Amino acid sequence: MTEKMHIKLKVNGEDKEFLAEPRELLIYALREKLNITGPHVGCETSHCGACTVTLNGKSVKSCTMFVAQANGAEITTIEGIGTPDALHVLQESFREHHGLQCGFCTPGMIMRATKLLEENPTPTEEEVRFGMAGNICRCTGYQNIVKSILAAASELNAAKEAAQ
Amino acid sequence: MNDLSPERQERSANLKGMGCSRKRVEDARFTQGKGNYVDDIKLDGMLHGDFVRSPYAHARVVSINKDAALALPGVVAVLTAEDLAPLNLHWMPTLAGDKQMVLADGKVLFQGQEVAFVVASDRYVAADAVELVEVEYEELPVITDPFESLKSDVVLREDLAGQTEGAHGPRKHHNHIFTWEQGEEAATNQVIDNADIVAEESMYYHRTHPCPLETCGSVASMDKVNGKLTLWGTFQAPHVVRTVASLLSGIEEHNIRVISPDIGGGFGNKVGVYPGYVCSIVASIVTGVPVKWVEDRMENLMSTAFARDYHMTGKIAATKDGKITGLHCHVTADHGGFDACADPTKFPAGFMNICTGSYDIPTAYLAVDGVYTNKAPGGVSYRCSFRVTEAVYFIERMIEVLAIKLDMDAAELRRINFIKKEQFPYTAALGWEYDSGDYHTAWDKALKSVDYEGLRKEQAERVEAFKRGETRTLMGIGLSFFTEIVGAGPVKNCDILGMGMFDSCEIRIHPTGSAIARLGTISQGQGHATTFAQILASEIGISADSITIEEGDTDTAPYGLGTYGSRSTPVAGAATALAGRKIRAKAQMIAAYLLEVHDDDVEFDIDRFVVKGAPEKFKTMKEIAYAAYNQAIPGIEPGLEAVSYYDPPNMTYPFGAYVCVMDIDVDTGVPEIRRFYALDDCGTRINPMIIEGQVHGGLTEALAVALGQEIAYDELGNVKTGTLMDFFLPTAWEVPNYETDYTVTPSPHHPIGAKGVGESPHVGGVPCFSNAIQDAFRPFGNTHTNMPHDHWRIWQTANGLGLHD
Amino acid sequence: MIPAAFDYYRPKKMDDVIALLEQHGDDARVMAGGHSLIPMMKLRMAEVPHLIDLQDIEGLSDISVEGGKITLGAMVTQHDLINHAGLTAAAPILREAALQIADPQVRYMGTVGGNVANGDPGNDMPGLMQCLDAQINLVGPNGTRSVAAREYYEAAYMTDREDDEVLVSISFDTPSGGFAYEKQKRKIGDYATAAAAVQIVKDGGKVAAASIAMTNLSDVPVWSEGACDALVGTSCDAAAMKAAAAAMLGDIDPSEDNRGPVAFKRHVAGVILTRAITRAWDRA
Repeated sequence: MTEKMHIKLKVNGEDKEFLAEPRELLIYALREKLNITGPHVGCETSHCGACTVTLNGKSVKSCTMFVAQANGAEITTIEGIGTPDALHVLQESFREHHGLQCGFCTPGMIMRATKLLEENPTPTEEEVRFGMAGNICRCTGYQNIVKSILAAASELNAAKEAAQ
Repeated sequence: MNDLSPERQERSANLKGMGCSRKRVEDARFTQGKGNYVDDIKLDGMLHGDFVRSPYAHARVVSINKDAALALPGVVAVLTAEDLAPLNLHWMPTLAGDKQMVLADGKVLFQGQEVAFVVASDRYVAADAVELVEVEYEELPVITDPFESLKSDVVLREDLAGQTEGAHGPRKHHNHIFTWEQGEEAATNQVIDNADIVAEESMYYHRTHPCPLETCGSVASMDKVNGKLTLWGTFQAPHVVRTVASLLSGIEEHNIRVISPDIGGGFGNKVGVYPGYVCSIVASIVTGVPVKWVEDRMENLMSTAFARDYHMTGKIAATKDGKITGLHCHVTADHGGFDACADPTKFPAGFMNICTGSYDIPTAYLAVDGVYTNKAPGGVSYRCSFRVTEAVYFIERMIEVLAIKLDMDAAELRRINFIKKEQFPYTAALGWEYDSGDYHTAWDKALKSVDYEGLRKEQAERVEAFKRGETRTLMGIGLSFFTEIVGAGPVKNCDILGMGMFDSCEIRIHPTGSAIARLGTISQGQGHATTFAQILASEIGISADSITIEEGDTDTAPYGLGTYGSRSTPVAGAATALAGRKIRAKAQMIAAYLLEVHDDDVEFDIDRFVVKGAPEKFKTMKEIAYAAYNQAIPGIEPGLEAVSYYDPPNMTYPFGAYVCVMDIDVDTGVPEIRRFYALDDCGTRINPMIIEGQVHGGLTEALAVALGQEIAYDELGNVKTGTLMDFFLPTAWEVPNYETDYTVTPSPHHPIGAKGVGESPHVGGVPCFSNAIQDAFRPFGNTHTNMPHDHWRIWQTANGLGLHD
Repeated sequence: MIPAAFDYYRPKKMDDVIALLEQHGDDARVMAGGHSLIPMMKLRMAEVPHLIDLQDIEGLSDISVEGGKITLGAMVTQHDLINHAGLTAAAPILREAALQIADPQVRYMGTVGGNVANGDPGNDMPGLMQCLDAQINLVGPNGTRSVAAREYYEAAYMTDREDDEVLVSISFDTPSGGFAYEKQKRKIGDYATAAAAVQIVKDGGKVAAASIAMTNLSDVPVWSEGACDALVGTSCDAAAMKAAAAAMLGDIDPSEDNRGPVAFKRHVAGVILTRAITRAWDRA
């Protein structure tokens, strides 16, 4: 064990401070220190994406980041993108199009999709498949995940047009 | 009553009952990150357990020194077999009637075997302590091949030395587990000897792993004040775990509460009982505080239950015009270091004897030899009913091999051998009674939908173009027709560890007309909370939205055998319907009383009971529920509740017809799936949206297994595919869009005619993908190559056929 | 998968990084995105008592495209490479290659420096940098020095970089002509079964210049002078491509792994290379 560091994070808009060993992984710090259990641990080698969060504007796999590295960062997790009364379009869309089954990959999937649509608001099916390729789902075969994301994109764009 | 007036249509739609694509009620929590999986459980003072595992596949454990680990601040205990022995917990029974070491007792039999269990204040200290436990090993010869094992002088299971009788009959060799025979050997041999045509093939169905995205884990909390043990875990069969935990620990069953929280996928991986569960319980008993154990991905792939690993040899006999007359199958089954297959007791090779498939084969014989090797134990039904994937792969390959021998189109060969619609119920040569089917209709629909003739024409043109040097890609058309056997099972046939494989449902209607139903099963993504409410809505006339479905807590749910082998809908779904009918029967009496008519003069209509011939006189189920609790009704006790324990009279037999079109790059071995069409007949369809989702998922797991997903070992028994870099789980990029279709042939014996669907696409999908690869090379002389069809093996096939010259 | 404990440093100045490396020697490692190092640490295959995080060092994320020269800071990520319009216009092979590395999340974190520095035979950038004849710029206690990418790799995980040196940037002349990065892999996120980086300059229907390198077919990336020579002066016809492939096959030395046996890899290497040359020639 090494000396604990003072860690400061802004998670879902709230300032968080805690002590942690530098080697602690960001995913466990979120889950165990901050009780943010939406992001999950699937593969631990950065292949499955179940731990995906947005960190300083990037989609990252929080199993492959030390909490020390993340010190000072701004993080958004699945818990931070909508509320029960005002869900994010993607949260609605995954339900509407049966884009999930066991739900274990879903928080990472949706977080990755939020970033994908932010960077490419009008993706083709191929772009969605390529852009989601860092997230593994064992249940759905992806077809309905892709459908959910494309539908959410249309909805977001329609809303944008209506606003203009 | 048969008109579908708009008013009745609306009432019916409001129920959200069977047949509608109701959106899932589970999704609200999952999409908001509020699922509750085992690793989300955090209790006061909870400690973390972690395993010291064997780096060797076969070795004697000479000594274990815990001193350095125990000296590390934060380490509370280090358990070894020596510590568990006084409690008689160093060995545990497997689901297959064998016993398995919980912690290595004297020696280790596979790489990754559990040697010591470290308990520490957090996962970091536990991981450091694992490194500090000093284990001295003496390496022993390693056997990873079952054929070699049966010839070897090396005794793998010294604890069984001298035992010539196994759980399933005589053992032929010290590394042999069982021989299981079905059918008529002499008669089958005679048919084969006298046949016009006999096709033979040997095939290896490689070892793979269900690999759900969530690994296995448990949290045990022994409350010493009240003498109660609570165990949360990734259990596909929580009630069985409670019984086993009670038998093992001596804690009376009423003092054990087992809870399966949300489960992040199972696919068979979470049926078995693992050393980690036992160790977390022991550690909690020893320390008096809760103990969590969650394995990492490498541990999951190395040590928890694998699937398949069947070496199959077949002979199939036919007349000159293609009528199959006999089938002979022998399997050498590699079970690893312990026999921990998750099969019903009387079926040590599961339902491998469904290997006559969808065909009317008059004579057949099957023999399976189970063998110990230095590989991980397991042998679970990875997204299939017990060994059905192996059986269907075997027969669907044998059909193709026979078609080659007959120089006949494989679709036509299937057609002329299908069991005919009028033959159902059909008793197969190996004993099963198929409940219902209409294979010809399904097959014709499938072939027409894909323009099968057009595809064959295109393929022939491609072959010519290839021969002319105009293209380097070949086209493969994969066919498969499968019959699943699910819904274990009749208690007279099927038990696990002596526990009959019934299932259950308990319903309580609340006074205001909403309800809760509890079942003995447990969802791992199948959407039980959605679909079981739909069954009930149709049965009892209360909207699915007003019905809570609860599973997985043994303190509240009725006893059941759990969810695997597509048994939830066939068994628990039936229990649900029948419990609903009990509710309805009592509701009828209450309604008649309230309407002041005789019981026989009211009838059920969607969401109410109406007076026959006077539909304006009615009582809704809401009104009936209120009266059931609040009105004194002569001769009827208050309340509206029912329980049903359902022992199915037979299995159900879903079936399907799949076609896959692939383009294969001969030079690189890279296949591209151009099209996949899947027609499924799962009987009555409860929720089409969920069925389609299950089909997509099962097909994708089939794609993975067929095209690369493998647990591979080197000759020293080292696992070569221990992370997701090497263990193939496809991403959205490698997976195609699927076309789904259906026919409906209800099960005649199931209360609602449903057959189950979750595993069909996997069972039918694997041979379909494989057949597409094999078919591409058929024009060049290929009869069979083994899976997984990864790039290099496809390339090797092409190379072996001289296509690179 | 829990790494062993370490001391963590996040210096703001390169001098401090060098000082830490001098102080701790073998026991210290620098980390950029961490996507090579962290998995190794989690598997306890890499022991790093002193971990130096480079994220606060200024200037390491710069991309410069000017005067016919391109310089990429060590902390430039694959994501940055893909989304830099000027870079894509000047050296489109970088984007084509980066898109074939890992997956979107990993590309946000994975850096050019990390990919190039360690000598992992599976990484794509080393072969690409050899193709581009890049210079690898290192800073150490004695100041800066540059090494040609074609001289940098000694064996698997062994490079010309000293323990107390840090890779700070990579620079190369803006490439001209046609290009292709062709990679066969088992799935997204996998290393190459075989990958080829090709740049071809066409003049009067003939190959005026060619540069060809391949990845994951030896314990180091392979830039094949013989393969380049086989193309130069030809019209890049089938015979020339065959000669180039033959030359490359003489220079690689693949080993068997889960991706397949040696014979397969050698065959695929030839196929992938031929496809890359064909595509680069078409674009030239």
